[in-house]
Amino acid sequence: MNIVVLVKQVFDSEAKIILKNTTQIDDTGVTQGMNLLDENAVEEALTLKQKFGGEVILVSMNPVKTEKALRDALAMGADRAILITDPVLQNADEFTAAQVLAKAISTLNYDVILSGKASSDYQASQVPARIAEILGIPHVNVVVNIDIQGDKAVVTREVDGGSEIIEVPLPSIITAQQSLNTPRYPTVPNIMKAKKKELKVLSLADLGLTADEVAAKMSILEYSLPPVRKAGRIISGDPAQASAELASLLQSEAKVI
Amino acid sequence: MSKGIWVFVEQTQGNIRPASLEVLSQGAKLAAEKGEDLAAVILGTGIGQLASQAGLYGADKVYIADDAKLESYTTGAYTSALAQLIKENGPALVLFADTAIGKDLAPRTAQRLSTGLASDCTGLESDPATYVTFMRPVYSGEVIARVGNLSADPIMATIRPKTFEAVETPKTPEVINVAVTIDPADLRAILKEAIKASSDRIDLTEAAIVVSGGRGVKGKEGFAVLEELADVLGAAVGSSRAAVEEGWTEHSQQVGQTGKMVAPTLYIACGISGAMQHLAGMQGSKFIVGINKDPEANIFAVADYGIVGDLFEIVPLLKDECKKLLA
Repeated sequence: MNIVVLVKQVFDSEAKIILKNTTQIDDTGVTQGMNLLDENAVEEALTLKQKFGGEVILVSMNPVKTEKALRDALAMGADRAILITDPVLQNADEFTAAQVLAKAISTLNYDVILSGKASSDYQASQVPARIAEILGIPHVNVVVNIDIQGDKAVVTREVDGGSEIIEVPLPSIITAQQSLNTPRYPTVPNIMKAKKKELKVLSLADLGLTADEVAAKMSILEYSLPPVRKAGRIISGDPAQASAELASLLQSEAKVI
Repeated sequence: MSKGIWVFVEQTQGNIRPASLEVLSQGAKLAAEKGEDLAAVILGTGIGQLASQAGLYGADKVYIADDAKLESYTTGAYTSALAQLIKENGPALVLFADTAIGKDLAPRTAQRLSTGLASDCTGLESDPATYVTFMRPVYSGEVIARVGNLSADPIMATIRPKTFEAVETPKTPEVINVAVTIDPADLRAILKEAIKASSDRIDLTEAAIVVSGGRGVKGKEGFAVLEELADVLGAAVGSSRAAVEEGWTEHSQQVGQTGKMVAPTLYIACGISGAMQHLAGMQGSKFIVGINKDPEANIFAVADYGIVGDLFEIVPLLKDECKKLLA
């Protein structure tokens, strides 16, 4: 079973975000790594490989040539990686990313495609569904359990107010919720091995795509910082007094109960 | 030429979902500003009675596709139907609520139409250059991105629940019954079973009040104390990642970057320190209350009201006080 995993390199979740100007976020000195939910996807891929054999291939896109996230995923145990990088991708939106990644995936032999349900930076949750549409295969989002049964997968997905059990033929794209599994830590020997694993770097032209074909449909016009929430009032007094005052403020001042 | 503004409307058990009513209301405002018609699109079976509900919240037109294949939501059938209706009618803008269904349907539909989509927006405004622009929190809400582009046709967006208020602006809508052809290729994924959550509490993202607990709640039993307060307030119960990882709560209750984004009118954080990834999921709340033993806890930096103290003392007392006031 050949498994493709979409991996995105993102800022560390505790990184302080600084704007360079109104259209650029400053990445100087920011620690970056694999999107956390993609770790769940890699973990699931490795479990499937253990059961069914095959290859785990990572596919990633980044306007900057950077290997960190892919090397991390290779250190977890993935077999090889493809990075599509091109300065043109600086203005990528989810449409762009899907066009580029789908094109790269279409050159591979795959039975299932996995990814995190969202990236921590832009959190749009669009790219997997868009890739599925381009490749003409089903997608299932926010999955908490995957059971491969021959040429189909029976998966449980989280929805508002419950869950659904969905059967999809393979190949399909399945996106991981955090509770799907617990990602393994890479061992030191595997980190060493990962340095030597194949990491193919491709440009748009290498994929046979032009900048026009993948031009963004949505643009970021401007970044701004949200209004800072100010610390409010600490209600003092003994627990009984404080609780009574809080309840009354919630009703008469905030008018929320 | 008026192309129209569309809202994809979700229904549940014979009613339009509150998150969809919010989007309809905001759509109605924008439509009035633009001199456009607002249309609601409802897919399902036996849904005719929902047209008047959509009218109550400002829809001038209601497209109804009543088809057995649309009885339960499936990505394929809904994408097929919606993309077909959009292609046939060419609206300028299509809005969704950013619910589980909206998050699933909107990107697939956008790709079928080769168009752009702004996800999980917390603001939108009319713009002479780009028709409309959207505000969306990115990087855990630390930055707001204003997005828009005229090359998206139609422009599409999903709106975070609780961003806008559902306001009645009654209209008598024109009802347009439409037949849709669902591509068999879109029926490959089969919904085998829908499982309702064991709790019949209101959904986290749709609740007006959320009572949430973290490591300070100390265990499953501790959450029972929070549940009692939630019962009095008609609130949903959320939790931090720490409490989920400890196995005290379900992942579906997690608020934060890898969990749910919520924006209730009142968020009561009990025993939650206020890690950045948690704040990312609830900073949009109108009022935040922090109850924590540690006066230095980060939650107090964003809380409108805070009590420094033991939540096991405070929360039951607060429950009693609220009960008195609401009696």
